[in-house]
Amino acid sequence: MHILAQARNLSKTYPTGRGPLQALSQVDLRIYEGETLALVGESGCGKTTLGRLLLGLLPPTDGQVLFDGVDLATLPPKALRALRRQMQPVFQDAAAALNPRRTVAQLLGEPLRIHKLCRREELPQQGAALLEEVGLSPALLSRYPHELSGGQRQRVGLARALALRPRLLVCDEPVSALDVSVQAQMLNLLAQLQTTHGLTYLLISHDLGVVRHSADRVCVMFLGRLCELGPREALFTRPRHPYTQLLLESIPRPDPRQRRETPLPAGEIPSPLSPPSGCRFRTRCPYAQPLCAQEVPALGEVDGRQVACHFPLGHGD
Amino acid sequence: MDTLTITGLHTQFQTPKGPLPAVDGVDLRIPQGTIVGLVGESGCGKSVTALSILGLVPPPGAVVAGTIDFWGQDLRRCPEQELRRLRGNRISMIFQDPMTSLNPVVPVGEQVAEGLRLHLGCNRQAAKARTLDCFQQVGIPDPAGRYRAYPRELSGGLRQRVMIAMAMACRPELLLADEPTTALDVTIQAQILQLMAQLRREQGTAILLITHNMGVVAQLCDYVYVMYAGEIVEEAETFALFRHPRHPYTQGLLQAIPSLEGGTLTPIPGAVPELGALPPGCRFCGRCARETEACRAIHPALEEAAPGHRVRCLYA
Repeated sequence: MHILAQARNLSKTYPTGRGPLQALSQVDLRIYEGETLALVGESGCGKTTLGRLLLGLLPPTDGQVLFDGVDLATLPPKALRALRRQMQPVFQDAAAALNPRRTVAQLLGEPLRIHKLCRREELPQQGAALLEEVGLSPALLSRYPHELSGGQRQRVGLARALALRPRLLVCDEPVSALDVSVQAQMLNLLAQLQTTHGLTYLLISHDLGVVRHSADRVCVMFLGRLCELGPREALFTRPRHPYTQLLLESIPRPDPRQRRETPLPAGEIPSPLSPPSGCRFRTRCPYAQPLCAQEVPALGEVDGRQVACHFPLGHGD
Repeated sequence: MDTLTITGLHTQFQTPKGPLPAVDGVDLRIPQGTIVGLVGESGCGKSVTALSILGLVPPPGAVVAGTIDFWGQDLRRCPEQELRRLRGNRISMIFQDPMTSLNPVVPVGEQVAEGLRLHLGCNRQAAKARTLDCFQQVGIPDPAGRYRAYPRELSGGLRQRVMIAMAMACRPELLLADEPTTALDVTIQAQILQLMAQLRREQGTAILLITHNMGVVAQLCDYVYVMYAGEIVEEAETFALFRHPRHPYTQGLLQAIPSLEGGTLTPIPGAVPELGALPPGCRFCGRCARETEACRAIHPALEEAAPGHRVRCLYA
């Protein structure tokens, strides 16, 4: 399969008043053309940072980002701008991502104009076609973002990303701000667009239900490191990393017959400014051993997926 | 015995285009020691219902009709001074975003202790001791150290725990929790939900849990009210509601949740009607697969479809 985007030994450190904060540590990741790869994890796990690095919106502290085999850091600005057309972001909060003083027509026309993809007189027609693609009426072209519902705004954000005919969409929490009924519409739309345009998605989400529904492969992160990366089915049915297991068990099941009786392990997410030595999950891990404090577990092949754990969970084998 | 009984609650917001009925005739009971869920999507009126109970509806909104009976006392007729004594004492609340409810320039421990001094007349020392005790109970690590911390120095999960400690410090009889875990990560959410269950178990607190998350409802609530466009459209015991949802909206909500077991997603078509332009018949018209001519003409009443299971649908 063709590797569309790739992170190689990627690290990102932010300077802060209280010392360097390592948001991402030595991440290796491949995104194959046509797939949906989900990045999951809790606040501060580095999933948003990784998304921005892959889009070339942030320079890495160490390591490389490759798109279609080309290292983004080696490209001159002009070439980078041209390449960016092929990868577009979709944000969680479309209200914040869309300029409130522009109409939908202006918002959709802007990327086309900047990249000189369309003649001025064709702009309205293009805008209408884009809206139809995301299931909105062309009558909305003259509206401002505040005149739209949350679901409509999110669709306009998506239409804007699609305007440049990208190959990769980095969707950062694309449905978190939406109500359940609207969320399902949006997820179905994303799936349909993927089929019709052969799009590749990097889906960043904290909602494992959404991930289970939409992803082909899943990458679980904790405090800037990869924990487990593999096919969706395997991760959801037989998690090998204790953190994946904890995440799955934490989700409140919408079924009163499946009530949780035993308490979950307590504990906070450690501060990324002073992460624990060795495995970063060890302070919350019910299976931690002395070795876990001494050595950072390397990502290794277990049961058809990659797991960074000294003592991966067994499932009777 | 009911801790709280709401009857015929109407809360409206006055606008230049006329009044918007945010809460439009809601009846709701919270028996002692039970956890009652109020679910629905943005704008359905669930938060305004909670604010109405507390007399905290912001202008231009106001409660225009109904009774709010708290242990035999109608809170609507309560003088403001008396209400203030009840709030934070016998009735506590937790909101979604603790940052907006905590004072950013006062250490969190002192904020909790202040409530104890005010409501229970504790002296400084006793208030501090009880606060530390509460911090311990809600699982705040290093309570003495956190007592002096400012809200911004704590994580979201810790802040929400401080809010819960504050809410339970005076051993309230009624706790109103509005989306208490929505802003939190899943592993922290699970811990907070366990805390609320513990609060009910150990202190017999009655809890009104407002949420859009059906998973949270299924895990914690004894009884559920489903709200849509200002009205209750279905109410039942939790097991009955999940086993046999009867209102098309409740059914739609449950089918729209992406489940961990996988499967297809069936979205509810369309969007919630605007409060200023509600349809004359059933408010779910335009989104319902079972809609008929009668639905568009008749506004259905909330009627018993099975013992203890009430539904607002002509065909339930």
